[in-house]
Amino acid sequence: MKSINIIPAAIAVLLLTSGAHAAKTDLVLGMQLEPPNLDPTGGAAAAIDEIVYANIFEGLTQFGADGSVNPALAESWEISEDGKRYTFTLQSGVKFHDGSAMDSEDVKFSLDRAGAEDSTNAQKQLFANIESVEVVDAQTVALNLKAADGNMLFNLAWGDAVIVAPETIGTAVTSPVGTGPFKFSNWVQGDQIVIEKNPDYWGEPVKLEKATFKFISEPTAAFAAIMAGDVDAFPVYPAPENLAQLEADPRFSVVLGSTEGETILSTNNKQAPLDDVRVRQAIAHAIDRSAIIDGAMFGYGTPIGSHFAPHNPAYVDLTAKSEYDPQKSKALLKEAGLEDGFTTTLKLPPPAYARRGGEIIASQLREVGINVEISNLEWAQWLEQVFKGKDYGLTIVSHTEPMDIGIYANPEYYFQYDNADFRALIENFNAESDPDKRMTLLKDAQTIIADDYVNGYLFQLAKTGVASSKLKGLWPNSPTQANDLTGVYWED
Amino acid sequence: MIHYLFKRCLILLATLIVASLVVFVTIEVVPGDPASFMLGLNAQPDTVNALRAELGLDQSRLQRYLSWAGGLLKGDFGISYTYRTPVVDMVRDRLGVSLPLAMYALLLSVLIAFPAGVLAASRRGGVGDTAIMGVTQLGLAIPNFWFAMLLVLLFAIKLTWFSAGGFPGWDSGFFVAMKSLTLPAIALALPQASILTRVMRSSLLDVLNEDFMRTARAKGLSKRAALWKHALRNAMIPVLTILGLQFSFLLAGAIIIENVFFLPGLGRLIFQSIASRDLIVVESVVMLLVFAVVLVTFMVDLAYAWVDPRLRGAR
Repeated sequence: MKSINIIPAAIAVLLLTSGAHAAKTDLVLGMQLEPPNLDPTGGAAAAIDEIVYANIFEGLTQFGADGSVNPALAESWEISEDGKRYTFTLQSGVKFHDGSAMDSEDVKFSLDRAGAEDSTNAQKQLFANIESVEVVDAQTVALNLKAADGNMLFNLAWGDAVIVAPETIGTAVTSPVGTGPFKFSNWVQGDQIVIEKNPDYWGEPVKLEKATFKFISEPTAAFAAIMAGDVDAFPVYPAPENLAQLEADPRFSVVLGSTEGETILSTNNKQAPLDDVRVRQAIAHAIDRSAIIDGAMFGYGTPIGSHFAPHNPAYVDLTAKSEYDPQKSKALLKEAGLEDGFTTTLKLPPPAYARRGGEIIASQLREVGINVEISNLEWAQWLEQVFKGKDYGLTIVSHTEPMDIGIYANPEYYFQYDNADFRALIENFNAESDPDKRMTLLKDAQTIIADDYVNGYLFQLAKTGVASSKLKGLWPNSPTQANDLTGVYWED
Repeated sequence: MIHYLFKRCLILLATLIVASLVVFVTIEVVPGDPASFMLGLNAQPDTVNALRAELGLDQSRLQRYLSWAGGLLKGDFGISYTYRTPVVDMVRDRLGVSLPLAMYALLLSVLIAFPAGVLAASRRGGVGDTAIMGVTQLGLAIPNFWFAMLLVLLFAIKLTWFSAGGFPGWDSGFFVAMKSLTLPAIALALPQASILTRVMRSSLLDVLNEDFMRTARAKGLSKRAALWKHALRNAMIPVLTILGLQFSFLLAGAIIIENVFFLPGLGRLIFQSIASRDLIVVESVVMLLVFAVVLVTFMVDLAYAWVDPRLRGAR
């Protein structure tokens, strides 16, 4: 009797599901790290932007999937002759998620707050050149700059420059209120954050109704979660060793892309004997990049010869300047009076690229007679000892901020690289707004630091994502740390 | 009994005061600054100082200890540096996972260990005893995270009866939440049950050799009746001690299992907070655990007095 009742019910269910033709509209994304809070203007944690950027919060301009800077809350802009005044026309009808209207007062508040004396914005330098923010009318806002600045539109696209409302910024850490196509829904701390479609969005509505970010840090747990179908995609999959297996599985697609992460063997340019350019060059020639990429990164990563991302149009391939040549390395050491080699420290932060890469580099350096003492540090220790205290010889870090070659112009930065020519070049670059000249200057900048062998340039970190093969529209690359879900949808 | 209770309470209080000092000092000497951790590589020095001031990190250590310890007395754990939410709320959410998980695992291990231990002891040297001893040996030898992975492989990936991890929250219903804790509880219970079975067995065997057991048998009680009436109660003291230790361990020590099943428990909270130098969270959670351990020990002491009347007046 029972089975007779079940069959029509089952048929009904089948008909309902197939007849509706509705594609899935919810998504579960796996992330390795949980953000400490959700205020992108008050912390540097990449995980914050990976949730809120372009989804919840928007800026005047915004990065596209290819790294280009596009209009967002600013519909258009005009730049004055001298390059010192930017007038933005805002999109009309933009509302914050609490229903209040977004106008030029909010823009002024956000930018003033980010650049203020007591600001806790992690990228305060982005706003250093803004003299004043002027409210022209409700839909028009003007930025007066201290000096002409070709980077301004780029700077305003950062997650740290998003537009917030004065009434709600105080609670943004736990319940962010932005203007984006998704609004914050719920946060189960330690487990997941849920965002849902904003029905009143000013722009093109998103296709997803709901997205859940689930935090899974263990590589094996990540593997289990994707295999069991608990998670639909990992934009950055934490276990490259499983990628081949996942690629062979028709349920999944593996997405390889690039990031802004230049992974470098950072060198203390003020510590003897590393203050000698010949010694730094010797280190550069002792390193076999392909062995590191294969050994530490399972083959994912692009060799770099300077501090610049290969997918950027201004990139020049300078890897030949530091090709693997242990004989040359030994000769250089001899020239520097160190034919018996020397000993230095290699302090490694927690990521796998550093820990695994560090072991390989140590053995490669030993081949030419350089003895390194490895110590493994946690991030907080690393920041204290290496970054702040500059108490290190060598370290391995991936610098993930987009277009950050400007850090070489700061002699106080932990590399302690001090080159007046380079500083002048970056100053020119910042002031220049002609795209062709900017391109030339960027190429020169890459060459200078490659010739000075400031750091050992290893590889550009790859973005290795795994997603259900029916999921479309995730960004393959990360021009900034973001999971922009505005174009994501499920294929029927 | 009152005297016994009073003395225990005093010890409890003294332990807590000493612990708060030790915890604060040890955690403060660890190098690393929460503000620079939060602001990352591009932060300007004045930004870091502004944040330090905002977090109250520019005060002296003594000031911070006093305001923290004073807050603890009032039940105020402070505000997390990185999460910027009250520590009490964070801990409550995490306890909502860790406490039920620990109790679930403990319950499972008791349900396995008691019958198994009694059976092994009463059939000493028999097939049952040998089999139980063999299995517990295995249970002790297998690392529980590995056992957990096997459970995930079989029940989550192959059979898809359970999800591979995560915790949907108690809002999603009691059974849904308990279901998500089932695999982790089994993984945690396996080694605990093995230890408990062995302790139960050996403790029972010791008691069975006592003179009073011979007397009980001599007055005509069957072997089984003597075991249930006289031996079991006397064998409980070591078992209770182990149970108390196990509960404290399960509450905070489940971190590896929490990682395998990506559960938002207390262990992971401590781990994350240490990494981000969220000192106030670490201090408060460690204090809470100290309190829990002290409380469990206290309760075990009371339970001793309950099973062994001699302890009530003597000390």
